[in-house]
Amino acid sequence: MKIAALSIINLLTGLVLAPLLPGIINKTKAVFAGRRGPPVLQTYYDILKLLRKGAVYSRTTTWIFRAAPVIGLAAVLAAMTLLPAASAPAPVSFAGDLILFAYCFGLLRFFLVAAALDTGSAFEGMGASREVQFSTMAEPALLLGLAALARAAGSLSLTGIFSGLTWQVAGPALVLVSAALLIVFLAENARIPVDDPNTHLELTMIHEVMVLDYSGPDFAIILYTSSLKLWALGALLVNILLSVLPLRGFAATGGVFIGLILLSVLVGIIESIMARLSLLKVPQLLAGAVALSVLALALVLRFTS
Amino acid sequence: MSLLLVALFILFGGALLQFAFARRTAFSRIAGPAVTVAGAVIGLIPVFRALGGHTEHLNLCWSPLLGLFFARMDALSAFFALPILIISALAAVYGAEYLKPYEGKKNLAAFWFFYNVLAGSMLLVVTACNAILFLLAWEVMSLSSFFLVIFESEEEHARRAGWTYLVATHIGTAFLLVLFCMLGAQAGTLDFEGFLASKAAAPFLSAAFLLAVIGFGTKAGFMPMHVWLPEAHPAAPSHVSAVMSGVMIKTGIYGLLRILIRLGTPPPWWGWVLVAIGAASGILGIVFALSQHDIKRLLAYSSVENVGIITAGIGIGMLGLSYGNDAMMLLGFAGALLHVLNHSIFKSLLFLGAGAVLHAAATREIDRLGGLMKRMPSTGLAFLFGSVAICGLPPLNGFLGEFLIYLASFKALTGSAALPPGCSAAGVVVIAMLALIGGLAAVCFTKAFGIIFLGEPRTEAAAHTHECGRAMRIPMLVLAALCVMVGLSGPFILTVSGIAVETLTGRNLLESAAIVPAAGLLGNIALFSMALFALTAVLLLLRARLLKNKPVTEAVTWDCGYAAPTARMQYTASSYADPVVRLFKLFLQTRKKFVSPEGLFPDKSSFSSATPDFYRERVYRPVFNAIEKSLTRLQWMQHGRLNLYILCIMVTLVVLLVWKLK
Repeated sequence: MKIAALSIINLLTGLVLAPLLPGIINKTKAVFAGRRGPPVLQTYYDILKLLRKGAVYSRTTTWIFRAAPVIGLAAVLAAMTLLPAASAPAPVSFAGDLILFAYCFGLLRFFLVAAALDTGSAFEGMGASREVQFSTMAEPALLLGLAALARAAGSLSLTGIFSGLTWQVAGPALVLVSAALLIVFLAENARIPVDDPNTHLELTMIHEVMVLDYSGPDFAIILYTSSLKLWALGALLVNILLSVLPLRGFAATGGVFIGLILLSVLVGIIESIMARLSLLKVPQLLAGAVALSVLALALVLRFTS
Repeated sequence: MSLLLVALFILFGGALLQFAFARRTAFSRIAGPAVTVAGAVIGLIPVFRALGGHTEHLNLCWSPLLGLFFARMDALSAFFALPILIISALAAVYGAEYLKPYEGKKNLAAFWFFYNVLAGSMLLVVTACNAILFLLAWEVMSLSSFFLVIFESEEEHARRAGWTYLVATHIGTAFLLVLFCMLGAQAGTLDFEGFLASKAAAPFLSAAFLLAVIGFGTKAGFMPMHVWLPEAHPAAPSHVSAVMSGVMIKTGIYGLLRILIRLGTPPPWWGWVLVAIGAASGILGIVFALSQHDIKRLLAYSSVENVGIITAGIGIGMLGLSYGNDAMMLLGFAGALLHVLNHSIFKSLLFLGAGAVLHAAATREIDRLGGLMKRMPSTGLAFLFGSVAICGLPPLNGFLGEFLIYLASFKALTGSAALPPGCSAAGVVVIAMLALIGGLAAVCFTKAFGIIFLGEPRTEAAAHTHECGRAMRIPMLVLAALCVMVGLSGPFILTVSGIAVETLTGRNLLESAAIVPAAGLLGNIALFSMALFALTAVLLLLRARLLKNKPVTEAVTWDCGYAAPTARMQYTASSYADPVVRLFKLFLQTRKKFVSPEGLFPDKSSFSSATPDFYRERVYRPVFNAIEKSLTRLQWMQHGRLNLYILCIMVTLVVLLVWKLK
């Protein structure tokens, strides 16, 4: 019972604190650029303001455009329930839930892309096209990385994986998987070096341009969904690294949160010191992530039982 | 009285009835679908009884040629007969309206004759227990579907498609003929029951396996034997494509499984062969699909992809059988069977949707459509459900089969240490393949759905479309509802497919430790999916509340401030898929033709791209051309003098006689 309560608390922590992460990333970037930057809570302010506004819809759009953000949010919320915090179990957990976790983001992507095509705009079509292109390569990297973790921990559920990882045996493989998942994390969340979240008016944009036509509560939902996605995929990475520490109870909750803050700072640093890759190079980066996952998988297959 | 026999009698007898009233189109329109529906309803009774564990035998002392009429409805047959009957009936109802424009121009009596014969022969194929009866039904199925493919025989492309189909299917049947002769000679009987009752040498079994894979694989659409699919399915009327792509190609999977049962414990390399074929068909199938401009061609290639997923599942199941790993075996086979059922639902739904679009806009070119969601809301809704399901996304049915196959592959990785590395490697291949296919299918079907139904209409024809009538709409909506229902009733469907897997492996799995957790897992997924639906509903209500009393206005698409967007400025299907097509250009070899504008006063310029089938262009065409060339040398024998022909026959007979008497 205590564990169940802890799981719920972990889930709620994620739901409440997720919008903090984009704020931390932006603050880090501001520090690097010598600016003061927007407040850390800016995403909360944006969401609250947007929720109070009305909406403008394109005449071209259909109900798909209106329903897509909601379906996407539902998918990510559902995925969040599968997410453990370090060794604390997830609210929902069963063998194979890692597949469901990955596919929930597939559902989100399907509807965001459909909504972008619904506006009939060349810009948004272009963003949608790139989004699906990159995800075709991010998906194998993610699932093969998860497979390597499953093998290393001898479990098929996310909860079992993160409470069963042993660095002594699978250390090198876990480092490789972490690297692969970092690339997937950056690509899926539209960060540099894959996408630039600051520019939605250039031909380089991917994710930001897909949501150009949204306004009001719908856009608030999209902002919140993006934060949750950042949290969920980031937590996956943080959980791997945290499995090195014996965290129990609320220490796990705190550990994940601190880990995610550090990850956000890392993302801010990456965005400050790196340029975005040219679009043609991005598939190579993602292929690199796939290769890292496969390598990790080969290592765990060979060296663990 | 056997209900299976009654169903067969209704379908074949009803088909013949068409000729009695061939002149009256109204009769054809009503009686054709009515016969299919009646046959399906009667046929479903023994199907459900078989799925409940009650096998129906039908052994008539009637001997067509050499075989007994020996049919049986066991759980495996029933699992394949279920979609055959349901989809045939729904597609027939749809066809009643779909064919209206052809009334008076085409012989619809003949059409419905062949359609009902096709439905009956498919039912017979999955129940026949005797090789001769099976091959007869198989041939009737191939021929009747051939005549349906060339329905529009005045079109050159339809004739050519029919020709490709006829040649491909008969090459496949030739392999099956050899297979059954081999097995029959070894067993001394042509009943499936008797095959391999005595022990056979390993090379004999392997030869039988390979013959079955090629013979049945040609029908199922294994790459590289798939070349007939993308030709035949677009040419046929849409509801026939739905039946052919949704259920007819699955008879190939059925035949393969039926033969595999008899071959005993397989050596591991059989499983590997199937995993490799599955991966190749799956990945290349979807890559070819997303590079197509023709919606029905796209759907046909996507069938190759889904058959690949099914085959990979069977391959993993076989590896489980080889290595004695129950979990892999059960999950692999059950996942494959679930995907058979699910694919038949969403693929026929998508073909019916494509047919409705073709019916309304008179084009299959994706780039000439757009904005149909507003004009055809029901079709669009159904097509959306089909698209989400075929991408394997929760909460719809497509996820279930893929989930089980994923799980079987994960078991190959994390299972007991007794599993050799080769087995784990197969698991890795299947996981990578499913993940890649998941991403690529999302590209393919966001393209199909998004470009056809969303945005602005790209042509006048697309702008003036109207929703189709009730007879076409209802079957699509029923199939969309089935996508949801099957998606939410995973444990039940798994138990049903578990019974079929029992028939397949001859092991009592329902009591085994493996299926109980699997059913529990699908139970979790069902609950999860329901929660997802509920959550969406709640959030939609919340959103509606938020927007209440707020100004909601409509404007042009913002498009970064561009004030006068036109439909021609939209992203097209080709441009949408281009980045991915370029990633796979090694396999696709897309041809692009670009005439650039030239001169000081440029007038005409054009761009076009096409992705012809790699195997058709690079493998089959050269081979068949070479065969034709070498055979033309024998043309001197074809002189047309009858007396010399008779002489030839006489000489042959005499030689054979002497040889036999010697």
